[in-house]
Amino acid sequence: MAVEPWQTAEIPGPKKALVITKPEVVVAMMKRAQRPVLIVGHKAVEIELGNKKVVDYMIELAEKAKIPIVATAHMINEFLKRNYKPAGFMPAVDIGNRLTDPEWNGLDGKGPYDMALFVGLPYYMEWTILSGLKHFAQNLKTITLDNVYHPNASWSFPNISIKDWIENLKVIIEKIEGGA
Amino acid sequence: MSRKNVHLKVDEFKGNIGLIKNLEISIGKIIEEKWEEPMGPTPFPSLTTLRDWDFKLLQRFKPFYLPFCDVCCLCTFGKCDLTGNKRGACGLNMSAQQSRIVLLACCIGAATHIGHARHLVEHLIEEFGRRHPVDVGGVNVEVEAPVTRLVCGIKPETLGDLEAALDYCENQLTHLLSITHTGQEGSNLDFESKVFHAGMIDQVGMEIADLAQISAYGFPKANPEAPLVELGFGAIDIQKPVILCIGHNVPPAIGIVDYLTENGLQGEVEVCGLCCTAHDITRYNPKAKIVGPISWQLRFVRSGVPDVVIVDEQCIRTDILIEAQKVKAPFIATSEKNCQGLEDRTHDSPDKIVEDLVTGKVPGVLILDPEKAGEVAVRVAIEVMPRRGKFKVIPNVENVIEEAKRCRQCDKCRRACPNDLPIPEAMKAAVEGNLEKLNELYDACIGCARCEHACPENIPVHNFIVKAAEKKMKAETFKVRAGRGPIQDVEIRNVGGPIVLGEIPGVVAFVGCANYPKGGKEIAEMVMEFAKRRFIVVTSGCAAMSAGMYKNEEGKTPYEIYSGDFDAGGILNVGSCVSNPHIAGAAIKIASIFAKRKLRANYEEIADYVLNRVGAVGVAWGAMSQKAASIASGFWRLGVPVIVGPHGIKYRRMLLGRADKQEDWYVYDARTGEKVYVGPTPEHLFYAAETKEEAMVMIAKLCMRPNDTTKGRAIKLTHYIDLHKRLYGIMPEDIHLFVRTIADVPVTMKDEIIKILEKKDWKETVIPDPTLLPRLIRKKKE
Ligand code: SF4
Ligand code: SF4
Ligand code: SF4
Repeated sequence: MAVEPWQTAEIPGPKKALVITKPEVVVAMMKRAQRPVLIVGHKAVEIELGNKKVVDYMIELAEKAKIPIVATAHMINEFLKRNYKPAGFMPAVDIGNRLTDPEWNGLDGKGPYDMALFVGLPYYMEWTILSGLKHFAQNLKTITLDNVYHPNASWSFPNISIKDWIENLKVIIEKIEGGA
Repeated sequence: MSRKNVHLKVDEFKGNIGLIKNLEISIGKIIEEKWEEPMGPTPFPSLTTLRDWDFKLLQRFKPFYLPFCDVCCLCTFGKCDLTGNKRGACGLNMSAQQSRIVLLACCIGAATHIGHARHLVEHLIEEFGRRHPVDVGGVNVEVEAPVTRLVCGIKPETLGDLEAALDYCENQLTHLLSITHTGQEGSNLDFESKVFHAGMIDQVGMEIADLAQISAYGFPKANPEAPLVELGFGAIDIQKPVILCIGHNVPPAIGIVDYLTENGLQGEVEVCGLCCTAHDITRYNPKAKIVGPISWQLRFVRSGVPDVVIVDEQCIRTDILIEAQKVKAPFIATSEKNCQGLEDRTHDSPDKIVEDLVTGKVPGVLILDPEKAGEVAVRVAIEVMPRRGKFKVIPNVENVIEEAKRCRQCDKCRRACPNDLPIPEAMKAAVEGNLEKLNELYDACIGCARCEHACPENIPVHNFIVKAAEKKMKAETFKVRAGRGPIQDVEIRNVGGPIVLGEIPGVVAFVGCANYPKGGKEIAEMVMEFAKRRFIVVTSGCAAMSAGMYKNEEGKTPYEIYSGDFDAGGILNVGSCVSNPHIAGAAIKIASIFAKRKLRANYEEIADYVLNRVGAVGVAWGAMSQKAASIASGFWRLGVPVIVGPHGIKYRRMLLGRADKQEDWYVYDARTGEKVYVGPTPEHLFYAAETKEEAMVMIAKLCMRPNDTTKGRAIKLTHYIDLHKRLYGIMPEDIHLFVRTIADVPVTMKDEIIKILEKKDWKETVIPDPTLLPRLIRKKKE
């Protein structure tokens, strides 16, 4: 399968994300991570997945996997409206920047994260932040949960339909039960 | 052209940083010394003169690189794979390569303004003479060139004097560009220091361009009541011949206006513009009209309204000749920098050129004489209008529906669209006769036409959007205040105190291009919000136009609702891109006029003052160009933080502070020499916000400065907290970093905040007389 970036001209490489062919891969990697963090951008409240939004799936995922969420932009408000208090909130560039600092001990001060999952940033913003991390945070694994291929992540889904996206997220949430 | 050599000689100068002996500077031409203020420490700074200052900034605001490309291909050793900070064949690593690209962008930006300034000054000297005085506000503006005075240490009084500063800029620019050659600078921080240098000389170049045109053409001179001019697609009278001017360098547009006046044709022909040339024609003649920001180019030309398209330089679509041909509009190029492959007809008779254009013998011409271009444009517009009958390429509704049937839902348009607009969905709806979804795309469409080029079916997507939104587009009729130019000295005297003490919560400048993520409406919303909160809101360039594209219930636009004064709750348009130094100039004048700091060639001290005391923030929400990059970097070096919209992340480097690192936020108390923690004020120097909401919260936050009085800090905190609660739905979690003493806490929120402070283990500190420069400490610690 030819995997292309979602924005046609955003040609990456030589190093490109490995393609997630089935959602179980994400589950396995999350389980393997010691200190994962999930970064949720503002598009998570704009994109509808059936009768829910991306953000609703993320809350479910975070609760099941017991993984901290960092809300970027004004997403904190959307989480609070859903009675969920993320572990932290800060601008996308700030969390990106902190993740490149090997001495940053995370939101809880307990040590550096070893995995960052991203979802819902504008494509080009996520693209560039993941690029910053690819080059300057080499101990960090990055995974994107978007339905578009993000070549600068360590792992990414290819460009998939909304329907497949929903299915994938459901599988991940179901199989992560018991904590990452 | 002959230019004498400048010679600036100072036998002995004792300044704060030591004794300078026999300082001699030879650049350009002799300036007679009429300025009483003694020469400061850094006249005509070289590449490294301000390096220490730059490193102080970079120590706090560290670069975060976001490579937009993993390789380097700048020399034949390449391509080199720099992934993971690997080094290329020349030894350069990824961080240095990114900063090198930033430097390259800033050199391009600065060269564009400096070249523009040079052309303009040469032209105006030819027309008005070298001795034509630089006058941008008479007695109201005695500090007429704050940036040039600060950087160069000269006080230009005539058009001829401006050349000396330009000589310096060109000289520095050549050196700066050379640094991007393979095998020069290897340290990313040194590249960054040079980025700042490029930005600083860019500010000089822009200032000179605007001083020259204000002085020679009689643009509004620091006038808060500059006329309100018409703005918007719907403001253009299509019953008349319409001349559209696009670009930044105004002489050809002036040629048009002058020809109309001299021939009694005012009112017969509609003169309008896009981008900065539009600002500058309205500064010359308030009857001229502004169509809109740069992103209106295609929609306006394709609508067939302009009868002649005349372009000068910068940010013009490079396929605009092709677009003009599609609507049978004759085309005139007027700049050596943008010849479009056209025949140079500068020395032909106007009659012959007019005939060739009107009969369609040639689609366009190059005329490098602004007066002649003006005459030809007017005569062609009048003659060609009946022939072309406003020929347009925007299809009718039936065509849209019919052609949309060819859409195969391949997503290629959407994947080419910078704003990821859901075009395929809109096409599907169009096939069913519903154009509403296409109409909805209009607001966030930046008019780039990438969708059309991507479409395998050659569907003219942008035209469809324009058709669907036709009604809304034709109803675009707004007002914008013509660019007022500088800020008056007396305005500075009045607000200097309240700004430095923090009682005016901040100066927010909305500047730059129109590469907006969700349309220009967001600019108007932000502008209104901060004017309502009684910040001083300044605008320029395309952002100044977007700021005007809003109406309240009474049909009033922001420029009509708020005054044009440099005062709390004012919204002032300073003008075009090259007017931006008036914003920097205002900050500089606060230090010099209000605080009486020495201005002349005293860059470091003034920048230190601005960083620590002047709560100013630049917002370039749609920053697109290399010019925007260099404009921003000129603000960084001066200590003014800049926020860009999400697309600005593609400048591939942020300058971010770390609020969580306490050690980064100490200043000296100039009174005692003690080091004092002042919190992250301001937290970032260059920063891309994801959404408008995030930008608004950050604007309020970045206005805080170490020098704020308790009253001022309480006011600033009130705005920050209020916006944070409204847009984020929660109290900020970093309040404790901004409270120095309990008196800083806004009274209305006292209980709530004190509880937070207790939880965060907050400790009281003192409010210092802040500086980063040890030499400014008055009493040295033993
Ligand atoms: S300039 Fe350096 S990094 Fe770039 S292609 Fe040449 S050798 Fe490689
Ligand atoms: S013209 Fe508009 S819709 Fe088309 S790609 Fe550009 S922004 Fe998107
Ligand atoms: S690129 Fe053309 S054919 Fe493909 S979805 Fe877009 S409009 Fe339809």
